[in-house]
Amino acid sequence: MKKNLYATRQNIIIFIFMAVAVLFVGKLFYLQIINTSYKLSSQNNVLRYMTQFPARGKMFDRNGKVLVYNESAYDMMVTPKLVKQMDTLEFCRLLKIDRHNFLARFKKASAHSRHRASIFLEQVSKEDYAYIAEKLYHFPGFYFQARTLRKYPSPIAAHILGDVGEVNQKNIDDNHYYKSGDYIGKSGMERHYEEAVRGKKGLKIVMVDVYNRAKGSFENGRYDTLPVAGKDLVLGLDAMLQQYGEELMRGKTGSVVAIDPTSGEILALVTSPGYDPNLLVGRVRGANYNKLLEQPEKPLINRAISGTYPPGSTFKLVNALVALHTGAITPSTQFSCQGKSSSPIKCTHSHQSPLPLAPAIENSCNSYFWNTFRNILYNHKYHDLKDAYEDWQNLMFSFGFGKPFDTDIPFELPGNVPTRAYFDKVYQGSWNAMTVRSLAIGQGEILLTPLQLANEVAIIGNKGFYYPPHLIRKIGDGDSIDPSYTTKRYTGIDARHFDVVKNAMRDVFEGAHGTARYNKIEGIDAGGKTGTVQNPHGEDHSLFIAFAPFDNPKIAISVVVENAGYGSQWAAPIATLMIEKYLTGDVKRKELEEKILTKNFNEEANAEQQ
Amino acid sequence: MRNNNSLLANLDWATVLIFLALTFMGWVSIYSAVYDEEYSSIFDMSQRYGKQMIWIILAIVLGFIVMLTDAKFFSAFAFPIYFLILIVLVGVLLFGITIAGSKSWFQIGGFALQPSEFAKFGTALALAAYLGRLNADLSQLKTKLVAIGIIVLPALLILAQYDTGSAIVFSVFVLVLYREGMSGAIMVIALIAAILFIATIYTEQMYVLIGLLVLFGVSLMFIKRHIINIMKLIGLFLIAATFVLSVDYVFHHVLEPHQTSRINVLLGLQTDLKGAGYNVNQSKIAIGSGGFFGKGFLNGTQTKYNFVPEQSTDFIFCTVGEEYGFAGSLIVIGLYLTLLIRIVTMAERQRSVFSRVYGYGVASILFFHFAINIGMTIGLVPVIGIPLPFFSYGGSSLWAFTIMLFVFLRLDAYRLNTL
Repeated sequence: MKKNLYATRQNIIIFIFMAVAVLFVGKLFYLQIINTSYKLSSQNNVLRYMTQFPARGKMFDRNGKVLVYNESAYDMMVTPKLVKQMDTLEFCRLLKIDRHNFLARFKKASAHSRHRASIFLEQVSKEDYAYIAEKLYHFPGFYFQARTLRKYPSPIAAHILGDVGEVNQKNIDDNHYYKSGDYIGKSGMERHYEEAVRGKKGLKIVMVDVYNRAKGSFENGRYDTLPVAGKDLVLGLDAMLQQYGEELMRGKTGSVVAIDPTSGEILALVTSPGYDPNLLVGRVRGANYNKLLEQPEKPLINRAISGTYPPGSTFKLVNALVALHTGAITPSTQFSCQGKSSSPIKCTHSHQSPLPLAPAIENSCNSYFWNTFRNILYNHKYHDLKDAYEDWQNLMFSFGFGKPFDTDIPFELPGNVPTRAYFDKVYQGSWNAMTVRSLAIGQGEILLTPLQLANEVAIIGNKGFYYPPHLIRKIGDGDSIDPSYTTKRYTGIDARHFDVVKNAMRDVFEGAHGTARYNKIEGIDAGGKTGTVQNPHGEDHSLFIAFAPFDNPKIAISVVVENAGYGSQWAAPIATLMIEKYLTGDVKRKELEEKILTKNFNEEANAEQQ
Repeated sequence: MRNNNSLLANLDWATVLIFLALTFMGWVSIYSAVYDEEYSSIFDMSQRYGKQMIWIILAIVLGFIVMLTDAKFFSAFAFPIYFLILIVLVGVLLFGITIAGSKSWFQIGGFALQPSEFAKFGTALALAAYLGRLNADLSQLKTKLVAIGIIVLPALLILAQYDTGSAIVFSVFVLVLYREGMSGAIMVIALIAAILFIATIYTEQMYVLIGLLVLFGVSLMFIKRHIINIMKLIGLFLIAATFVLSVDYVFHHVLEPHQTSRINVLLGLQTDLKGAGYNVNQSKIAIGSGGFFGKGFLNGTQTKYNFVPEQSTDFIFCTVGEEYGFAGSLIVIGLYLTLLIRIVTMAERQRSVFSRVYGYGVASILFFHFAINIGMTIGLVPVIGIPLPFFSYGGSSLWAFTIMLFVFLRLDAYRLNTL
């Protein structure tokens, strides 16, 4: 037997074995005990957080008629890594997209993530979905995710209802609720009541394997949350009236605003030209939005709240009230009128002279209101003219002029009440009644929105108070709406002064010389006032404001038809047709209705240009 | 002298128990790794766990057969077995089938056999037989060359099958040679070579050469400056420089792209987690997420949902780490270490050189598989596809390791009868 020379070397070899084992234990200790990031990674690997989208709340009009509801649509999702060799041509044919489009979308999805699903094609319609879903097994890596789309049974009130679109980066940054690809109300009611209407997203945690295949719920769904459906909204809007208003305004540029004076609820808010709300739904939203944006008629602008006009003769009512309130005139104060040779403002109406307040309103006498306005400013009650003006200006604000109502009507413009400070600045302190005389007849710097005009007439109908105009009537199962919407606001004018003005407005219809005498509504006692607003850019704007029934008004309305001439000619018929429709549910004056419906200023204007 | 017929009394039962424990744990881990709810029975033959059970039973049968074989058979037929395996390795090159890029399999019915697994056993036998001859002396150049030849020949044939991992295993026989008297310098040189290798890949080869030059300069100041010492130092420097240059060349021009990228990932030079580093990263996540006591049997999410590729074979240790945590890993490592030390101790008590060398061969091979396999799952070693002995799924490797171990147990049980 050979001598065992190197027996001690076994120790070195055993040492090597042990060293490796110790090294492994050390590394395992680090991986399993010290470093916790691996636990996280293993969860991220295996858990997929699947958002459960709630149904958005529906919207109804005051009579329970559906204005907006939901329709299922399906987003096609893709996980690029799972996509296998496939018949691209057939796939494109199914989805109705071209190859170039397919590649671009696929590239975008791959850039987002190869392993996670992202939206490949938004909002495939229900019909297409049914057809494609059957064939989808040919195309691994693609699947459908259900979403809801807004649908409008009748294409009305687009501006009021607003639209829904994908969130932008700002939305995501501002509110952590939103994730890329979520929908959010972009305008109108959808935007203002977003939080109530959207509901609450649910979360389903699913365990998946390396191929992203669902393997069951995580911890038996202990951490899952169910989506909470959005709340339904009931609007004060009357769908029938809104639709009628939109029909009457077709072919005309302008707006109709109808308010329920007893609550401030908006019954109709028509702007013309408008658009079909179904255009701004789903995949086509972006493209259609840009098209609408480029149209010269600017259909996206809501003229009822962001159009500002000088109120013209309709403003004489307000000046009369201020004058009565400050004692500048009494109802029996008379002024003479020299008609077209009146100075400094000529009067275009022919009537008796001199005349007291009521017939001056009935006849819309310019001279009378110039004198009235002068009396307001030169009032011994005040230290000087500027103080008197400041009081006038503050009374204007008390009517809701010069500032937005700030309720749930988005993009509302304030209009303009020129202030004392403004004139001081423009005229370097030296100005007087002559300088600002246009205000006497509602021209010049004073600008009102049609909404403010309608509110003005609601105030007169109510004899001195109003509720801020708003759209909402009920949220969900009766959540309280903003209490400021249902709080009465009073003007600075004593209630007793309203009767004379209100009565004079009845004479506008009933009087022998009433400017709207040809627009009387059979069987309805109403009050109104015409306005013909000078427009430096072209034909005068036709204005009319009215309320009815006379004693307990249920509707207050303002109508503006741009570049249409006299208030009595176009605005008054539209306003009275609306009142008739709202109060009786039907229109008896078919001839007048037909004349209005077929009138198309916009086409005529285009024809003239050509 | 004890009764030489009482095989059961002379059998080293501790080793047998460790063997059984590891095989059983491997089987359960394979069940976890490829668990399928549709086929939830661990005995389901259509699944890997069902098949592994058959392999285990057959392995135990093989163990019995080995125990019943005359101990002298193995020393007598060492070379015939070795040459037979060499012929089979050539045969697999000609008639074999390719699985996972390696042409190292024979298709026999529905079963693929990997001869390279058995080549380790044959080589251990041949090396033991050669060094066990009365006149063998490793200090002689000729003996050295023959011994190295015995090791390198099958390694080259396996390399030709593109099974680099299995070929590298043969390098571990250096431990056996060291035990039998080869200079320890060989191991030190290997270590230095490894350091230079890593340094070259980590940085520009120019920096390594400059570093060597600086080292050379510093060394000059400390040695006695006569001509022989200086010449030796210059020689060393030239050899090191040549090595660095050739590593750079091999790395960039000889190795396959997947091999270079595996090395890069290991050294942290490449962090493409979805690419070459994917396996290792997922494997580390699996093990790391196990914590101290693990997630429990069949509760490993990484494991169950196939995040770790090759999990029932090369990455089987992930299952242990994830489902049984640090505690479970410690037990497995402890078992392997005990087994290795036990074999070395047993080898040392052999009376015949043949048995001792063979025992060291078995220990070395098991050690190498253990070190590389677990090392790669926890990110200490590049991904080299070799199985964890007794644990990984697969008949060839299980049988080869079983035969190898039981031959040694047979020799050990017979040790008192020799001479």
